[in-house]
Amino acid sequence: MAQHQVNYASSAGLPIALTSVDKLVNWGRSNSLWPLTYGLACCAIEMMASGASRYDFDRMGTIFRASPRQADVMILAGTLSKKHSEFARRLYDQMTEPKWVISMGSCANTGGMFNTYATVQGVDRIIPVDIYLPGCAPRPETLQYALMMLQKKIRRESANMNNNTKQNLRLV
Amino acid sequence: MRKYTPKDNVQGKSYYTDRFWVAPRVPRHEVEEGSHFADVVKALGRKAKESYVEIGQLVVHIKASENFNVLKTLKESCGYTQCSEQSAVDYLAKDGEFELFYQLLNISEAKRVRVVCRIKKGEAIESVVPLFKSANFAEREIFDMFGIKVNNHPFLKRILMPDDWEGHPLLKTYPMIGDEFASWYEVDKIFGKEYRDVIGPENRDPARIDRYDTKRFSRVGYEVPFGADISEGEKENPIEYSETVLVDYTKSSKQLDERR
Repeated sequence: MAQHQVNYASSAGLPIALTSVDKLVNWGRSNSLWPLTYGLACCAIEMMASGASRYDFDRMGTIFRASPRQADVMILAGTLSKKHSEFARRLYDQMTEPKWVISMGSCANTGGMFNTYATVQGVDRIIPVDIYLPGCAPRPETLQYALMMLQKKIRRESANMNNNTKQNLRLV
Repeated sequence: MRKYTPKDNVQGKSYYTDRFWVAPRVPRHEVEEGSHFADVVKALGRKAKESYVEIGQLVVHIKASENFNVLKTLKESCGYTQCSEQSAVDYLAKDGEFELFYQLLNISEAKRVRVVCRIKKGEAIESVVPLFKSANFAEREIFDMFGIKVNNHPFLKRILMPDDWEGHPLLKTYPMIGDEFASWYEVDKIFGKEYRDVIGPENRDPARIDRYDTKRFSRVGYEVPFGADISEGEKENPIEYSETVLVDYTKSSKQLDERR
């Protein structure tokens, strides 16, 4: 029978796989992204729906964690008020490196319709953001797409986070 | 000359109002003899300065210093056991006063009474927490939003805004997008004042376009690479349209006359 698959890994019958350290590390990182459960407003409902069985984040290796120490993605889902901004930044600081941030929904991106005194006008004023996810509120499919884009971004980056450009954008 | 805008009320207003439009008013009725509300007004006696019925609901104007005694009478002898809402209205620009109101509910009679009083700026009112437990949070909110102090409150502290906030947001003099303190609050608190220059002011204009930003904006016919510096202006790139789409059929080589 004709073999359509070119089997590089098991060529000559040897149990060898060739790759680079970058690719191996990024493969591990991108396929086990653990987001922090950080729902701030109605976007949190969509985030919960993405985590539940119908849309099923678990199949992408994405398991929500309730502690910033165990998480490496922060999904800021909803309106960030100025009173809460201090705690959002503290949770971000408590996350271990490497860490990424998805800003979910119009409110987190720009303040959205809350053009008021009490709302942070875009979470990128206090936290460096990797993915801006538009929508009010974004559908679970959109959040899945954002996470897949983040996976793509991680695979493209160097495994040594110091070589990545975002490192220079860190505020503190 | 620049148009004068009043500084005592900086709240947003509608762009256009009809000159001859008159706001509809809720009709005020006399308190009927022999009704439940007549008994309430009688129980209050001279403490009720003015009383009328609006939409089946008694409104009583009282002196601000008598608020505790009036509510005590209403609770203990008239059966108004619930204080469902309590807040204030800023009339500082118009009258130099705050209007405070208490919304009371009588469960057994299914009647409501609104007790209204007025205080000057800087004056304090007496707490009604000993009568109504719900007044605890409501009075803290009045303090937070209007800066009205409440005497003998068990724990008078801001309830919605952060403890180190400056200003009282429900005053008419407070702009909706916040004053300078509000606009830098999160930056000052997290990073310190020296980071104001790094982070920059808030963008309050949803349609803002930065002329020299080549990371997020591009101009058709003046395309430059991503992130290029165009502070000295950019070169014009002629737009090339597809030849196959824009065919000029009027200049066809075929001549109809010759075919004939």
